[in-house]
Amino acid sequence: MTLISHKIALDVMSIRRDFPILEVKMRNNKDLVYLDSAATSQKPNSVLQAEARFYEQVNSGVHRGAHYLAELATDQYETARAKVANFVGAKPEQLVITKNATESLNLLAYAFATQNSSLLLKPGDEILVTEMEHHANLVPWQQVAEKTGAKLRWIPITPAGELDLSNISELINKKTKVISFTHMSNVLGTITPVAQIASLAKSVGAKVFLDACQSVPHMSVDFATLNVDAIVFSAHKMLGPLGVGMLVATEELLDEMPPFLTGGSMIEMVSMDKSTFAKAPKKFEAGTPNAAGIVATAAAVDYLNKIGMNNIQAHEEHLTEYLLAGLAQMPGVQVFAPNLIERGSPVSFAVAGVHPHDVGQVLDDDGIAIRVGHHCAWPLMKKLNVTATSRVSTYLYNEQSEIDAFLTSLERVRSFFGVK
Amino acid sequence: MQLQSLYQEVILDHYRNQRGKGLRGDYQAESHQVNPTCGDEITLRAHLAEDKKTILDISYESTGCSISQASASVLFEQVKGVSIAEFEKIFNEYHAMMQSQGKLEANEDLIGDGVAFIGVAQYPARVKCALLAWMAAKDAIGKAAL
Ligand SMILES: Cc1ncc(COP(=O)(O)O)c(C=O)c1O
Repeated sequence: MTLISHKIALDVMSIRRDFPILEVKMRNNKDLVYLDSAATSQKPNSVLQAEARFYEQVNSGVHRGAHYLAELATDQYETARAKVANFVGAKPEQLVITKNATESLNLLAYAFATQNSSLLLKPGDEILVTEMEHHANLVPWQQVAEKTGAKLRWIPITPAGELDLSNISELINKKTKVISFTHMSNVLGTITPVAQIASLAKSVGAKVFLDACQSVPHMSVDFATLNVDAIVFSAHKMLGPLGVGMLVATEELLDEMPPFLTGGSMIEMVSMDKSTFAKAPKKFEAGTPNAAGIVATAAAVDYLNKIGMNNIQAHEEHLTEYLLAGLAQMPGVQVFAPNLIERGSPVSFAVAGVHPHDVGQVLDDDGIAIRVGHHCAWPLMKKLNVTATSRVSTYLYNEQSEIDAFLTSLERVRSFFGVK
Repeated sequence: MQLQSLYQEVILDHYRNQRGKGLRGDYQAESHQVNPTCGDEITLRAHLAEDKKTILDISYESTGCSISQASASVLFEQVKGVSIAEFEKIFNEYHAMMQSQGKLEANEDLIGDGVAFIGVAQYPARVKCALLAWMAAKDAIGKAAL
């Protein structure tokens, strides 16, 4: 193997000490090798403590009541919103807090299939996605197409797993009203050419949405310069807690969108027969919000900022390069990887003669957690001609020695199932 | 060693050398089952005798992991030629073992090589794999017997 030079950007040893779960023992008392951060990331102490501290010292209803705790909670909620917005180059008014990215995407899609919405699609309109979307950015648009008679189209992918843009000038046309696509594939690690697609979209007046679930945790993302109308992401993939999602959108779009969930907190005035609604983002935050969750998300942002997104990205690039080099040397292993210099950390592969479930099971026996399955991207699996793949994904707390442990265990997979 | 108790030699043997695989033309009902977590699939056909009391053949086509493939093979061996009443007993015995988290020893006279799947029952994520073909059989036989 060629030696890959690596300027050590991260002090991984000290980072690891911040993540208590990395001490937990697996089956057979094995150390944990966590290589499934694309599914959900682990959480540092500072995030866990921020959530606990909210409940211990601040807990009360946000935007309700005038007592001291309510003021404190509201202040922390809005401060956290501003911090998370700033992290992706957005203004606080542009950030809607949801429960996960899936809800954010449904909230967007709802605007295009609702009777009194100015964004309502009609038969003949077109929605464009790609063949490598997570189900979260596919199924809601299928529903919109079904309800409105609009046509769902998709950008195909090349055998290497990149977007095939050869027909893009036809796919993006005057009928195109929405283009919603992934910034980084959760299966292949492909980073998509956002600028090119966004400028084509703008030239025909289509709205552009980016599924940034995999990009925001792993690279610096700047909403202000992306030239898209909205991005979505989930806190739990970026060191934050479960149950917090984000929709960042332009004020114009948020103003146009009808409320999705309705009830308390999102109103301006209510009488028995009708209501008027608060301005965005509150218009989209019905009910008592997960204030502890967004406060903990802000702590996650602090942690990421302290380490530096560029350092994190460089560290992952190094690990991914090392992993790809190791996999390339292994007989019977097929890697599904784009030919891109700049790519993300998810790496999918197949072991000839061994089903991904069985691959994952042997790795699990060695304490190694990877993801096996269709990764909520069933159409992409079909395109790759597999029912499922095995996927490794890394983050700031992973070390090169963990990649070594993974490669050793993969050898064991092959000998266990007797494949040559 | 846990891995060996999960992947007992009998299971690996059924996996490498699946009995009764392939769809055959004689059948009264078919069932298609998918494991939504991994995308594994099976299409299974039930062929009953004219009196609808005896299972003459179970034929199937499937893609999946070693556990799901081996369990289809064991199913074929155990239920080809038995009465529907006997099938119910075999099914219930196997099903109860799979739901027992590895605590229930099953009757080998009933489920044959199926007893080797006791280790699988300790891995909740894999229980579905071991039941996929069996659920398809219950469905197809039920429909065929109508
Ligand atoms: C690319 C992508 N989009 C959307 C989602 C959905 O995120 P969540 O399940 O947090 O709503 C995920 C993660 O599962 C993802 O990887």
